[in-house]
Amino acid sequence: MISMAKLREVLDSDLDAVAIGAAILGTGGGGNPYIGMLRCREQLRKGRKIDVIPIDELSDDSLVVSLGGIGAPVVGIEKIEQGEECLRAMRALETDLDCKIDALISSEIGGSNAMEPMLTAAQAGIPVVDGDGMGRAFPEMQMCTWSIYGHVSAPSAMADEKGNIVILKSTRNEVWVETLARANVVAMGAAAGIAMAPMRGSYVKKFAVQSTVTQALSLGNAVLEAQRKNTDPIAAVLAHEDGRLLMTGKIVDLERHLKGGFAVGHITVAGFGDFEGDAGRIDIQNEFLVFRRNDKVEVCVPDLIVVLDVDTGLPITTEVLRYGQRIAVLALPCDDLLRTPEALAVVGPASFGYEDITFTPMPKSEANDDS
Amino acid sequence: MYRIGIDVGGTNTDAVIMQGDKILIGVKSPTTADVMSGVVDSLNKVLSGTGIDNADITAVMIGTTHFTNAVVERRNLSTTAAVRLCLPAAQCLPPMVDWPDDIKKAVGGHYWMADGGNEFDGREISPLNEDQLLKIADEIAALGIDTVALCSVFSPVNDDMEKAAADIMRKRLPDASFTLSSEIGRLGILERENAAIMNASLRKLSAHTVGAFGSALKTINLNCPYYITQNDGTLMSAKFVQEYPVLTFASGPTNSMRGASFLTGEKNAIVIDVGGTSTDVGALVNGFPRPASTSVDVGGVRTNFRMPDVYSIALGGGSIVQADDPIAVGPRSVGFRIHEMGLLFGGDTLTATDVAVGLGIADIGDPEPAKELGQDMLLAIKALIDEMIVNASERMRVSADEIPVLAVGGGSILIPDNVAGLSVIKPEHFSVANAVGAAIGQISGEVDRIFSLASITREEALETARKEATAKAIAAGACPESIELLDQEDVPLAYLPGNATRIRLKVVGDLDG
Repeated sequence: MISMAKLREVLDSDLDAVAIGAAILGTGGGGNPYIGMLRCREQLRKGRKIDVIPIDELSDDSLVVSLGGIGAPVVGIEKIEQGEECLRAMRALETDLDCKIDALISSEIGGSNAMEPMLTAAQAGIPVVDGDGMGRAFPEMQMCTWSIYGHVSAPSAMADEKGNIVILKSTRNEVWVETLARANVVAMGAAAGIAMAPMRGSYVKKFAVQSTVTQALSLGNAVLEAQRKNTDPIAAVLAHEDGRLLMTGKIVDLERHLKGGFAVGHITVAGFGDFEGDAGRIDIQNEFLVFRRNDKVEVCVPDLIVVLDVDTGLPITTEVLRYGQRIAVLALPCDDLLRTPEALAVVGPASFGYEDITFTPMPKSEANDDS
Repeated sequence: MYRIGIDVGGTNTDAVIMQGDKILIGVKSPTTADVMSGVVDSLNKVLSGTGIDNADITAVMIGTTHFTNAVVERRNLSTTAAVRLCLPAAQCLPPMVDWPDDIKKAVGGHYWMADGGNEFDGREISPLNEDQLLKIADEIAALGIDTVALCSVFSPVNDDMEKAAADIMRKRLPDASFTLSSEIGRLGILERENAAIMNASLRKLSAHTVGAFGSALKTINLNCPYYITQNDGTLMSAKFVQEYPVLTFASGPTNSMRGASFLTGEKNAIVIDVGGTSTDVGALVNGFPRPASTSVDVGGVRTNFRMPDVYSIALGGGSIVQADDPIAVGPRSVGFRIHEMGLLFGGDTLTATDVAVGLGIADIGDPEPAKELGQDMLLAIKALIDEMIVNASERMRVSADEIPVLAVGGGSILIPDNVAGLSVIKPEHFSVANAVGAAIGQISGEVDRIFSLASITREEALETARKEATAKAIAAGACPESIELLDQEDVPLAYLPGNATRIRLKVVGDLDG
C-alpha cells in the first residue's frame, strides 16, 4: 500500500469515484450509490461540506453514531427518500438521550450507505469517520463489527419520509434490533433512515473496519484511471485489492424476487474466454453470497463476491442485473475482524441459511503472493 | 422480392435496395428541412437506378437519427411539463436534477411534484389529489405547455396513478399529449422519468417527421408496409413511433454497426460513424453492438434503456468551425443546410467539411474559400478534429487487442487513416452503412403481461411467453428458423395474490422473403 495523506474532506470531484468504489465493496447490494452521490452533490451545491475524520484522530470520549438508510435495493432506486430521514433519526436520538453527537460513521461502506452518513454529516455540520462497520455490505445490522464485538445498538431511532419516528428503546439482543427495525421498515414502505445508539471514540478505534472511505475513493479512482488509460479495469481492481478473478462470462438466467423486502434469487453464468465451458452460479440475498463453479462452492460470505462489467470495470448491483450481460466475477478478501469465530457465527454462510457450507478464507491470488 | 433501407440523418438521406444479402444500389441525397422531399429524392434515385417495379418492393425500413440529434443539439425540443407523483417521498432529488444545464433549459426545466405514487407492495404513498393536479394543470396551461411527462413511484408495477392523473389533467389540458413513464421504462425512477421527459419533448417533432415519411412513400406510389428502426435493431410501426420517439434513440448507431459488420464481414471492431451533425463510436463484439450494461447517457441525460454502448460527440461534416482563438468545432452544425451554408458551396459558414476540402483530403465543392484561412490554421483545426475522434475511440476501446476501426457514414472523410495505432477500414458502400443496417432490421415479437405462478412454474411461464412472442413475430413476417430470444425479464408483483409476475420477453427474427 502506498502511503498517502489522510483523507480530510470529500469534494464534489471525488463523488464519482467514491460511488464506484462503494458499489464494488457493496458486492451487489447495499443499494445503488448513484442516488446517494447525487444527494451528496446537492448538499455540496448548497454550500455545505463533507468533512472526514481519520479514526485515530477521534477523541476517546467522543460520541459516534452509525446511521444509514434501511430498506430494499429495488425500492431505493424507485422510491427516493424525502431527504432528511437520517437527520431526523439522529436528532430523535439526541433528544431521547439528551446528548450531542460528535461524528457519524457508516454502518456499511458497500453501496448507498457509504453516502448517507456523508450527506447527513453535511446537513448536521459534523464530520464523517473514515471507516465503517463491515468493509462491504451485509443485509442485516447485527452484522456490523461493532455489534459482533459487543456494542448495544438500542436505543435506535428510525424515521420515514412521512414524518413517522420510531424509537427502539431497548431490545433483548442485536438480532432483535434488526428484526424490529425490519418489521418497521416494511410498514414504512421499505425505505427509512435509522440511527443507532452512540459509541465512544475509543470503541470505534478498536472495532471499526479502518479507512474504508479512503479505500472506496481509491478503488473508484483505479477503475476510472484504467478507463482513461485503456488498461484492463478488472486487473486494476484485482491488483488494488489482492483479489482473484473467478470467472468471465455471460448471464444466461436470472431469477430475482422480493421476499419480505429482500431481493432473493440467483444468476447463472456461462463462462467465456479462459472460462469457456464453466457454469457459474451466484446466489443472491441482497448481496452476492455464494459462488459455485460447476455446482461446487468456491467462495462464500463473508469474503466479497463482486460482479463487474467485463469491459468497463463498473460494478453491477443486483437490481440492474440483466439477461445477456457480460460480466467478470471477482473475489476479494474480507477484513480480519470478520474472520474470527465470533464474527463467523454472525456473518458466516450458516447465518444465511447455508448450514452445509463451511467458510474457508479465499485462497490468495498467485499473482499477488509477493506483495 | 426487394426491400429498401433508408437512413435519414441530420445532413444526408441515404437509401439502398437489397435483394436477400445483396446490395443492389446505394444512393445519397441531402436531407431537406421538410424531411419528405429528401426522402422522395433518395427513393426516386434508388428506384430509377435499378428499374425495379415499385410493386416488387416488399418493405421499406427507415432509420432516423432525428430524435437523437434533437437531444444532442438541444434543438426542436418542445417545452415540457414534468410531473412526478411521489410526495412526500423523493423530494430531495427533483426531476431533471442530473441534467446538463443547457438541455434542462431547452425543455424549459418546468417540474412539479405532487401527491401520489405507490409503495413496493402496492399501497399508496399518498392518494392522488385531484385539486392539486388541476391546479398544476392550470399552471401548465398558463405557461402554454402542451406536452406532459407523468412519472409515478413504482409505476412499472402499478400504472393506475399515472393513467388517473393524466385523465384528471386532461380536463384542463384537452389538447396536450401525455407521456406515461410506465409505457417507456422500467424500475429506476430517475432514468425512467428522464426518458419520459425526453419523449414528451420530442412528440411534436415525431408527429411531424413520421407524418412526412408516410406522405413521402405515398407520393411515389410505394404501398408496401413501412417500419422505423428501434434501438435494438428491430422494426416499429409508424403509429408506435409517433407516440414513443424516444425508442429510436441510438437506432442510428445500431444500424450503422450492424451495417458496418455486414459490409466488412468484421465481427470485432470499433465502428466510427461520422454523420453531418454527430459522430457515434461503438464496438462490435461477435457481430453485434456491445450493449451498455449500465445506464446510458443520451446527450448527457441518464436513461435505462437497453441500448448499444455508444459514445456520441457533436462532430460531423456540417459542424460549425470557429477559426478564432480558441479554435472550436461544433457542437452546432449546419446539418442539411451545408449545401447552402458551407463555404465550399458558396455559403458563409466555415464547416468541418470545408477544412477537409481546404486541406485536399476530400474533393467536393470549392476548396478556395477555406484555403484563405491559411494552411497553419487549417492544420490546427484538423488536429483538433483528429483529437476529438481519437478521444472518442479510446473511450470505446476496452482492450489492447489490435482490432480494426470501421469508418462509415458520409462524414467519414474526417477520420484519419490510423486512429490511435489502429488501422482504419472503409468498406464499399461505407457512406450508406446506416441504410444497409436499416434494411437488415429484424422483426420482433413481444409479450408483456402478468402470469400467475400458482399452477405453473416460472420456467413454464417463460416458455409460454416465448411461444407467444415467437408466434407474434412469425405473424408479423419473421422467418421461423431465424427467431432467437433478444431479451427477457420478469418482475414479481409481490402485492398481488397467486404469486403473480410480470414477464417481458422479446424475440427477433429476419424478415421473411
